Amino acid sequence: MNEVQTLLSDSVNRLLKDHATKQVIVAAEQGEWPAALWDALVANGLTRVLVPEEMDGAGATWSDAYVVLKAAGEYAAPVPLAEAIVAGWLLSRAGIAVPEGIITLMEGDFLLKEGRLTGKAIRVPFGRYATHGVALVKSGWGVEVVLAPLEYVRIENDMNVAREARDTLTFERVVAETGWIELPANGLRLFGAMARSVQMAGALDYLTTQSVAYANERAQFGKPIGKFQAIQQQLAVLSTQSAAAGIAAAHACAAADKGEAAFEIAVAKVRTDDASSIATSIAHQVHGAIGFTYEHGLHFATRRLWAWRAEFGSGAEWAGELGRAAMERGADELWPYVTGR
Amino acid sequence: MQTFRFDLCELPEETRGLREEVRAFLDEELKHIPAVTRAQTWSGHDAAFSAKMGARGWIGMRWPKKYGGHERSAFDRYVVLEELLAAGAPVGAHWIGDRQSGPLLLNFGTEEQRQLVLPKVAKGECFLCIGMSEPDSGSDLAATRTKAEKVEGGYRVNGTKLWTSGANEAHYMIALLRTDPEKKHDGLTQFLIDLKSPGITIRPIMDLAGNSHFNEVVFVDVFVPDSMLVGSEGSGWKQVGAELAFERSGPERYLSSYLLMKELIRELAKRGGDEGAKEVGRLIAHLVTLRQMSLSVAGMLDQGENPALEASVVKDLGAVFEQDMPVKAHELLGAEPTIGSGDDLHQVLGYLTQTVPSFSLRGGTREILRGIIARGLGLR
Repeated sequence: MNEVQTLLSDSVNRLLKDHATKQVIVAAEQGEWPAALWDALVANGLTRVLVPEEMDGAGATWSDAYVVLKAAGEYAAPVPLAEAIVAGWLLSRAGIAVPEGIITLMEGDFLLKEGRLTGKAIRVPFGRYATHGVALVKSGWGVEVVLAPLEYVRIENDMNVAREARDTLTFERVVAETGWIELPANGLRLFGAMARSVQMAGALDYLTTQSVAYANERAQFGKPIGKFQAIQQQLAVLSTQSAAAGIAAAHACAAADKGEAAFEIAVAKVRTDDASSIATSIAHQVHGAIGFTYEHGLHFATRRLWAWRAEFGSGAEWAGELGRAAMERGADELWPYVTGR
Repeated sequence: MQTFRFDLCELPEETRGLREEVRAFLDEELKHIPAVTRAQTWSGHDAAFSAKMGARGWIGMRWPKKYGGHERSAFDRYVVLEELLAAGAPVGAHWIGDRQSGPLLLNFGTEEQRQLVLPKVAKGECFLCIGMSEPDSGSDLAATRTKAEKVEGGYRVNGTKLWTSGANEAHYMIALLRTDPEKKHDGLTQFLIDLKSPGITIRPIMDLAGNSHFNEVVFVDVFVPDSMLVGSEGSGWKQVGAELAFERSGPERYLSSYLLMKELIRELAKRGGDEGAKEVGRLIAHLVTLRQMSLSVAGMLDQGENPALEASVVKDLGAVFEQDMPVKAHELLGAEPTIGSGDDLHQVLGYLTQTVPSFSLRGGTREILRGIIARGLGLR
């Protein structure tokens, strides 16, 4: 880690340890907005890490933001921190000032006409709490970033399996700010997928730490279950999956810092998705019945992984993109492509 | 918790030219070698090819010039290795000396030992093998019984090494021998043994695919001079531990089935349509991630660190990936694996279907690696 990353890591980990407690997560699942947590994140500038300094942000890179996003996943922070970070990046790249408030990302069918937004976004993260939504809209000339206030939209509440708000927002001629951006039309899905990949890598790290700790403390047959080879081998697999997810996500962030990163982002989402499926299964198996209770906190991570692996495109969707592109390029071109990026 | 360290490691821009040079060389050298032969990659033995590699300066790339090396960077070496493997070059003859025994001798060997073998290894003219496993000592390496007893001017060696890859073609063996029957781990010592020494019998063992890469090596009263003791007496176990980080993390630990991956994509593309796209994409995601992990370990080795734990992670994940390839080809294509008939795809599938079980045995079994990882996690 470089200096910026060490600073960010210290700051975000300390903050989340204090504020993203089990109590806060449980309350959030029951419909309470974790205001203290969010305000602390805002006050420490963590929602604006990718906003340039001249626009009142931290001016950090994706590789720096990796540290923040990973911690957000590790602590199961029930707030749209990842969404705000991606939104801040999109807005500032499009020359739009990043407003105060709670900003989320919106995917959906939109029509932008004379600066007014009409359409419907589904499964918007924390939509009911957000003050602004950011979307990408393809128009005749290219792709526009749209910033829309959410005061006057119709909201239907819904949630993902982690009980995070995922709401449907309906817009009718809502006045929005817009700005051009050089990104493919699926850019928001792409960078949303990258953010989720990093969060997933964080949640996977948590699963490893938590499962090892539990195996060292839970005794059966007269010794900690972690002393049994059957358990050791399973935990080894879990840890290798989490290591693979971590580097895949970091690789995507590094690529995004260099330029066009669609390939690396797809790789990261596929790899973290696969890791999640293996790791959640092992973590629960090691924890036994206690890990299946609501009382025990393991599920805050596992339910998020089950939700996040499907958000902003599942691993299967991104794998399809990778596979089709590879077949189009031809078998002999795969290796030059992988090594040439 | 930071159990493993996998920092990203980017290949320097300057390696691009070298990569092109290696590719051009391989295009020419391998154009008449059938895919099924190329699929053997680092098991394929071709002394003439190794000599050409040596002439190009692509063996012992990081070694000091005074030992015939070329003082190139770890990244230059990595680029050459991954190009060789992806193309399926027959690198088996010099592979062990270049990867493992050379660095071992540079770390622990005497000046005499280095001068004796390294310049010849770097020329691609001298091949080494690693004598670790025995009939009663496989995963339990510390149970090594082949003994080296102190005699006037040297040691007398008796016993049997088993599963020694390439011994039938090698000039020297780096053997792990028991010098003290009273101590377990601290009773082991490494020796550099000339395989032409009287009393050594090498018997190739045919594997299930009909190939004879591994061997039984029997020692009967073999004299090994004092000067051929590597490192210090009783330090064999520790020295082997350092050596295994080189053995377990290289690109060969995830590229062994790459030729099949290529043929699989070729066939699916030929058939057209969307079938298999998702599976191909998943394979690519795993390949790219493993490459980043392997590069990360290469970066740490370059910094003089000993990423033994991370190397075990790469090898374990890599073997799972490589072993999955024939299964994927079978599921997606329903192609029959063949021997000697059929097109490239069918033959490569035939070779790898039979060979992949060894990928989680050679260089440390899956169970041993996962045990090492579990220890790293603080479970043992």
